[in-house]
Amino acid sequence: MKAFALAFGYAMVLPTLALAECPGVTAGELTVSKAWSRVTIGTQRPAVFYVEIRNDGQTDDRLIGIETSAAGMPMLHQTVIKDGVASMPHAAAVEIPAGQTVSLAPGGYHGMLMDLTRPLVEGESFPVTLTFEQAGAVEIETRILPIRAQEAQCDAER
Amino acid sequence: MRRRTLILGGAGLAGAFGFTLGLGAWRSGDLQGSAPDATAANSRADLSRMAWRLIDDRGAPVGPQDWLGRASMVFFGFTWCPDVCPTTLMDIADWLEGLGPDADRIGIAMITVDPQRDSPAVLAEYLSNFDPRIRGLTGTPDAVATAAAAFGVTYARVPQSDGDYTMNHTSGVFVFQPSGELASVIDFHEERRFAVPKIRRAIG
Repeated sequence: MKAFALAFGYAMVLPTLALAECPGVTAGELTVSKAWSRVTIGTQRPAVFYVEIRNDGQTDDRLIGIETSAAGMPMLHQTVIKDGVASMPHAAAVEIPAGQTVSLAPGGYHGMLMDLTRPLVEGESFPVTLTFEQAGAVEIETRILPIRAQEAQCDAER
Repeated sequence: MRRRTLILGGAGLAGAFGFTLGLGAWRSGDLQGSAPDATAANSRADLSRMAWRLIDDRGAPVGPQDWLGRASMVFFGFTWCPDVCPTTLMDIADWLEGLGPDADRIGIAMITVDPQRDSPAVLAEYLSNFDPRIRGLTGTPDAVATAAAAFGVTYARVPQSDGDYTMNHTSGVFVFQPSGELASVIDFHEERRFAVPKIRRAIG
């Protein structure tokens, strides 16, 4: 009975914790939030990383890299459609202009997580460190959503 | 190569602004220029005049004439693709929902541009995560090349620095009438309010 109560307690607490992650983390004038990825089938396919970055400052910044223990080779990429053909060039940096919010989102900029160290399992999360030219490094927990997910599953925005 | 990366980075900057302003602006802005060309290049695609043989994710042989008599939607992709393909598959799921009962009157297939990795079993496992009405097609590299050429689709292998590779490929969804004639091409990220009527017209 006690075990049941404990399990029930966790079930209640976990979603709350997950939601609490959504407001994001700050570094200087930047707020990083809504970090999410999709479930992977095994470790062979590259996984994806999406996030939202808000720059409340007066100075432009740039996202210049991502790191994570979940992948041996995480890189910034961008989906580009030219003459109807989709390609995914490596993006050296993503500009985060002063006063603006930039999203890594389906169909545009995204982190491509190659050489996964383990399969990404729905409901779990993993840390990703974003490195900005001005603001430095910021770590955020990235939620693993179903393969069908198209956006972060949280609307909590401070 | 370095210079090319920089140029693409510049294009990326424009893309980032589009995203900031809202996907709508980006969609219509960026895609309108390319859409007429893509459509024109494939405007004569006709299933009744194509000749290719592929295998579906259940191991059954499929040819273009098998789809005649009912409308069909076809697109090219690959399951190692982290961004475009899940998005297209979810767009299609969204359109099917928008079609309601009419959705059962159209066949849907994704033809892989990566037959080396996308075997029937791999396609089946991957697609099982999406709408069960979507079939996956693969074949020998030659068979896939023949099919792609019939649709006017281009694709190319792009090596990655870790020795892996990704694929560039034509991204639109071809919509065919029951006669096999091309009805329209739905571009990547086209809004549901435009896509669903296009499909409905093809169903007839």
